[in-house]
Amino acid sequence: MATLERQVGHTPTLVPSKELPGWLGWLTTVDHKKIGIMYIVSAFFFFLIGGIEALLMRVQLGVPENTFLSPDVYNQMFTMHATTMVFLAIMPLNVGFGNYVVPLMIGARDMAFPRLNALSIWLFIFGGLMLYLSFIVGGAPAAGWFAYAPLSTKVFSPTNGMDYWVVGLTITGVASIAGAINFIVTIINMRAPGMTFNRLPLFAWMTLIVSFLLIFAFPSLTVAQVQLLFDRNFGTGFFLPERGGDPLLWQHLFWFFGHPEVYILILPAMGIVSEVLPTFSRKPIFGYAFVAYSGVAIGFLGFTVWAHHMFAVGLGPLANAIFSAGSFLIGVPTGVKIFNWIATIYGGSINLKSPFYFAAGFVAMFVIGGISGITLASPPLDLQQTDSYYVVAHIHYVLFGGAIFGLFAGAYYWFPKITGRMLNDRLGKIHFWLMLISMNVTFFPMHILGTEGMPRRYYTYEAGMGWEVWNLLETIGAFAMAFSILIFIFNVVSSLKHGERAEADPWDGATLEWAVSSPPPAHNFDRTPVVHSRRPLWDTKYPDLEVAHEAGSHGMKRSEAVKQDQVHHVEGDEAIHLPSPTFAPIIVSFGVTVLGFGLLYLGTSGGMTAIAMVVGLVIMGYGIVRWVRDAHADLPQH
Amino acid sequence: MSEHAAVAHTAHEAGHVAGHGTSTGLDSRKMGLWAFIGSEVLIFGSLIVTYFIYKPINAARPDAQLPHEELGIMFTSLLAAILLASSVTMVMSLAAARNGDKRMFQIWHLATIGLGLCFLGGQVYEFYELSHHGLTLSSSLLGMTFYTLTGFHGTHVAIGATWLFAVFLKVRAYPDSPENLMDIELSGLYWHFVDLVWVAVFTLIYLLP
Repeated sequence: MATLERQVGHTPTLVPSKELPGWLGWLTTVDHKKIGIMYIVSAFFFFLIGGIEALLMRVQLGVPENTFLSPDVYNQMFTMHATTMVFLAIMPLNVGFGNYVVPLMIGARDMAFPRLNALSIWLFIFGGLMLYLSFIVGGAPAAGWFAYAPLSTKVFSPTNGMDYWVVGLTITGVASIAGAINFIVTIINMRAPGMTFNRLPLFAWMTLIVSFLLIFAFPSLTVAQVQLLFDRNFGTGFFLPERGGDPLLWQHLFWFFGHPEVYILILPAMGIVSEVLPTFSRKPIFGYAFVAYSGVAIGFLGFTVWAHHMFAVGLGPLANAIFSAGSFLIGVPTGVKIFNWIATIYGGSINLKSPFYFAAGFVAMFVIGGISGITLASPPLDLQQTDSYYVVAHIHYVLFGGAIFGLFAGAYYWFPKITGRMLNDRLGKIHFWLMLISMNVTFFPMHILGTEGMPRRYYTYEAGMGWEVWNLLETIGAFAMAFSILIFIFNVVSSLKHGERAEADPWDGATLEWAVSSPPPAHNFDRTPVVHSRRPLWDTKYPDLEVAHEAGSHGMKRSEAVKQDQVHHVEGDEAIHLPSPTFAPIIVSFGVTVLGFGLLYLGTSGGMTAIAMVVGLVIMGYGIVRWVRDAHADLPQH
Repeated sequence: MSEHAAVAHTAHEAGHVAGHGTSTGLDSRKMGLWAFIGSEVLIFGSLIVTYFIYKPINAARPDAQLPHEELGIMFTSLLAAILLASSVTMVMSLAAARNGDKRMFQIWHLATIGLGLCFLGGQVYEFYELSHHGLTLSSSLLGMTFYTLTGFHGTHVAIGATWLFAVFLKVRAYPDSPENLMDIELSGLYWHFVDLVWVAVFTLIYLLP
């Protein structure tokens, strides 16, 4: 007979927290929960800035031949809006929720590498700030978020903006790769006893897949960016035709990164939806294995379709056909997920709360975005649609209607856990409906405008094209979207102060994060939980509930299934030892940033910047020495 | 005081000591380093692909500089041998550490670092010679791709040598730390990877016609 967790007669000794008070606490923390909050807050801040950039563009486009923004400023706006939303908003929001929730979901006390985790958040913050510094030191990058050569080379982008783009994103890229390594090792190596991959929550599954995408996709971007930096500053010609270079090389390298990147953006949101829908339908996810493995398929196939962003550059019919076939194929695993989500809701006992609304909204909006994506997968159609507002419609349906709605679902779902307060549900629903309607008012007409030929990344358009009405409507819609976000902000601020106190498990959840208090204690779990099913909390809360079974047949009781589970866990009297706070990660991050500034200006002002690079290296060296010392002091026997 | 007087005589044993308490039994830091190496494979892969894309284009241009004319195989073969030797000394260093032989560990470890520095010195000398013969970053597509690829590699060798030296200092400062064996092994793993990249680069750039 299998053994359940051994009852321990006393709670293990807890080493008291050495968290520093106030600001210092945040600067030195290595706790995944605090780091998660830092990611979410700073990413949301960048999200608002990116939103303002979008509103400025919509003002400019509200009427034809407008003079609100000059062409150059407009170019900086669309470049920074997209760069901000992709790299500084959605990615860190995904990582922020992942950081907070995934260790709790798998029954761990923290990430595998807490200090590396802290390095990631500080590199992200410094890299993002560096990117924005460009606005005041000569101009932000203005060649689009994908920075096509030769537009991005020195001749056509003479300000330092592109160099800031390169170095700033390389720094945040290092943060992303380090974070991905952290998630891979955490999810593979730090699961609670009994939590096999077959029982892993789907949000953790998606985070794992995304982490593999990150470590294999980012190198291509890094190489492309280094080559661009060299072209701009050191006399090379990687992308300069007159030197023998090929602008298409940039496109291939960029999109080899760029396509997996869009799956990096969306899969975590799909993971959130896969958690929220079952909880609020009070049903297990339909087709768990299909949802998990379709994620793997999307991740793998995502590396094979990059040139569908290049259908119009003249690769030839064979190449176009191959990439087109792959792009159609990748719609299949996505469709599998959609059907599984719908089947999850069907027949469920729906709890109509805000998280459910946003998750359902995700499904609807992502289907629309997915359909426009399918049309874009056809080279003949894409030839008309590419670089037009049709693509802008597609990306915003999948990224706003998809990723952002999914992230809001996660926000409403996990806000009680993170803060110990409930968000006002009525305000949440108002936020939802206003955002849903305004989003469609803003982005649906873009399908029409694109089909009618309105190009993207143009600062204005002529009167009399018949585009005025749609553009004005979109501008109004954009401001309505902004207002809906204000409602959310108001909800957050007032709930933090006066919101109803949240219990440990306000939504009757099934996964382990709901087993601990809201907010959780620093050490997460008093005792490492032992897991016997995909829904460990239902095992403890509803032992007489029948496990999932075919209609008409008789299911086993959960308590019986737990008894039959062969997990044998020998529990030691392990003392809980939390890693200590340390200044080392923020010092190393600062050193990297100084080094980055030196590198940035190396091509233009040699001597001074070489000094800056040396100073940066020295600061890094000091930080690393401190890191090793602090890590050594933290070993259990001390 | 340390309770772990763990002297693991084989990699197998070392793995058990190190992977204590993990879901797979594998050491977390080693797993993380392998993931990082996977990422690095793609960085060097992209740089190598760029080299091969531009190789025929370079040959067809009026300012073409050809690898077999510009690059000296003899000297670089010596450098390759030095780097390979440094991997052998690294293996000896780890074995000595596992055997508890502090003195031999230090000798083999410093030898590894020394050979790595010789390689770097040789690279610097080679770059100096080549640039005086007219091969620079901007002289041709060969110069462009050659210096970027080998420069990236050289930077990794420098980082690796620094890492090895940091481990040397750390082991000297904290001789009883139970993490020392894994620290040495991890720095060695990275070093072997950097050596392997050189084998690939040397073969593909210098030896291929």
